[in-house]
Amino acid sequence: MTPVATPFFFYMLAGAAILSAMLVITRRNAVHSALSLIVTLLSVAGLYLMLYAPFVAGVQIIVYAGGIMVLFLFVIMLVNIERVSKERQFNRIWPVGLVASCALLALFLSAFRKGKDLLPNRVGDLPEASNTQEVAKLLYGEVVKTLQLPSGQYVMGQYTFAFEIASLLLLVAILGAVIMTKKKI
Amino acid sequence: MLHEMIQTFMSYLGQTVTPGQAGNQLWALIYVLIIFAGVSVAVICMNWIERKALAHFQIRLGPMRVGPHGLLQPFADALKLMLKEDIIPAEADAAVFWVAPLIGLIAAFTVYTVIPFGPSQAVSDMNIGILFMLGVSSLGVLGIVTAGWASNSHYPLMGALRSSAQMVSYEVAMGLAIVSAILMTSLNSNGADGTLSMIGIVQAQQQQGIWFLFKFFPLGLIAFVIFAIAMVAETNRSPFDLAEAESELTAGFHTEYSGLRWSLFMLAEYAAMIAVSSIAVTLWLGGWMRPFPNVLHAPVWEFIFSLFPGLTFGALAAIAFLGTARMPSHSFFRIQRVGLGIFAALLGLLALLLLLIAVAGRGNDASLAARFREGIDYVYWFVLKVAVFMYLFIWYRATWPRYRFDQLMRVGWKVLLPISLGVLILTAMVPLRRELWELFIQILTAIWETIRRIL
Repeated sequence: MTPVATPFFFYMLAGAAILSAMLVITRRNAVHSALSLIVTLLSVAGLYLMLYAPFVAGVQIIVYAGGIMVLFLFVIMLVNIERVSKERQFNRIWPVGLVASCALLALFLSAFRKGKDLLPNRVGDLPEASNTQEVAKLLYGEVVKTLQLPSGQYVMGQYTFAFEIASLLLLVAILGAVIMTKKKI
Repeated sequence: MLHEMIQTFMSYLGQTVTPGQAGNQLWALIYVLIIFAGVSVAVICMNWIERKALAHFQIRLGPMRVGPHGLLQPFADALKLMLKEDIIPAEADAAVFWVAPLIGLIAAFTVYTVIPFGPSQAVSDMNIGILFMLGVSSLGVLGIVTAGWASNSHYPLMGALRSSAQMVSYEVAMGLAIVSAILMTSLNSNGADGTLSMIGIVQAQQQQGIWFLFKFFPLGLIAFVIFAIAMVAETNRSPFDLAEAESELTAGFHTEYSGLRWSLFMLAEYAAMIAVSSIAVTLWLGGWMRPFPNVLHAPVWEFIFSLFPGLTFGALAAIAFLGTARMPSHSFFRIQRVGLGIFAALLGLLALLLLLIAVAGRGNDASLAARFREGIDYVYWFVLKVAVFMYLFIWYRATWPRYRFDQLMRVGWKVLLPISLGVLILTAMVPLRRELWELFIQILTAIWETIRRIL
């Protein structure tokens, strides 16, 4: 079977992602920005697919493109676009953003140039599973087996670590939302 | 050159996997074209059936003028919509207004990539099949939301707001119901893992010898009912059609649309209806499997069930012939009579062809005729199950009044969500019941020991 993940698709998806990401920050109309952001997210989902990580791609589409962006649009639609686009922008942090993005660009360029020495040549057999598994092994020792199903599977086996980290992240996000909305707790 | 082309074309025929797995891009393209044409024809049929069935529910005749029994009405409608002036309102956001119907349409049709009409009758078998379907069909709401906003008008905006709120809320219950079905796929007796692949889900039902609708009765049934309710809300159909409630919002999110663009919305809506119905069929109703494949598995039964496609078309042809015979013998009806007669004859020929294939391909040998017969059977049973759902959509619309928005939200969040969560937890617990029972006994004995020691 010939691989479909050809360079053509990579350049197409990467180009679409970069172009639409630029549109996100240059459009004055918030709805246009949001729509461009959706294109960016979908292109990134396509890139995940090319990395043989279909689950991440699927979750990217469901959570970001299908869920969060609908809520974004929902909120933006209630804003009066005519007035907002004429208002003066009040954030003046673009120099900081410029420095940060230049630093990131430098990092990428150096990784691109010296990448062969820095990064391992091959990854494990299961690209979508091996990374989390290795980290979990480092932290917990051998695979944690908690509860065995009749069919011989383990509940919360090798993915325990990733699962816990994700839940911790969500907890932090919830706390942040509570603190930002409530003046007094 | 020609020889090579023919060879490329024929290279797929001997294989028993989807063209996506075989890496055969030509056949994948052919499958895509077949599915696209099939869904378009299905939407046309659905349009006619819906108008006729709704009319008969209300003791009317429905379309009767264009062709015998209005059979050509959908084509007349399509022609009218294509010729109609395409208006973009002056105050609308032209670019977004232009792209909105396309978003909905693309989302609705992309889903068909993974729908399994048979074990090899799908464009591709994705590892994440059901997840892909959920994700892409959730993009459909973007089309509605952008259409409502871009129209720059009050009714469409309100329709879009309602629709986004509704679809986001019902997606939760729908997702949980789906997860409980996916959990069941991991309970194979051969110890195979669970799967998200659409083909894998049907094969798990085949392997376990039961439709997930009846698995862990009544858990599978409850999950199915929740999905069946949520899918009506998800496709914005009556009684949950608040996004286009004509009594309150004129036509909701597509009020400002006309002509071809409007018909694209209709096409997307019906395509999405077929897509969600096929999710339900795949997850709970055994997908492409014929009834009782594990009990009535003798070659005789195999043969009898393979006659069904031909007999169905034969029955349709008979109805059409009856219509020809009952047509009034006035010269005014002559053209209609001849037309219906030709239509009936075509249906009859199709029925004969299907019967012929069923006879030629009987027995489980690996000949091309047998493969063809199997393929027809798979697609027939799948489409039949989906058709039942499509009829249910019409039936709902004729039967129930529209929900009020607060009622809709209450049903979604306070009824469907808790029930689906409960079903999910119970479905996860049932296969572990022995372990859980032992754990329960251990805890009880430990407590008892402690109490005894204290006393």
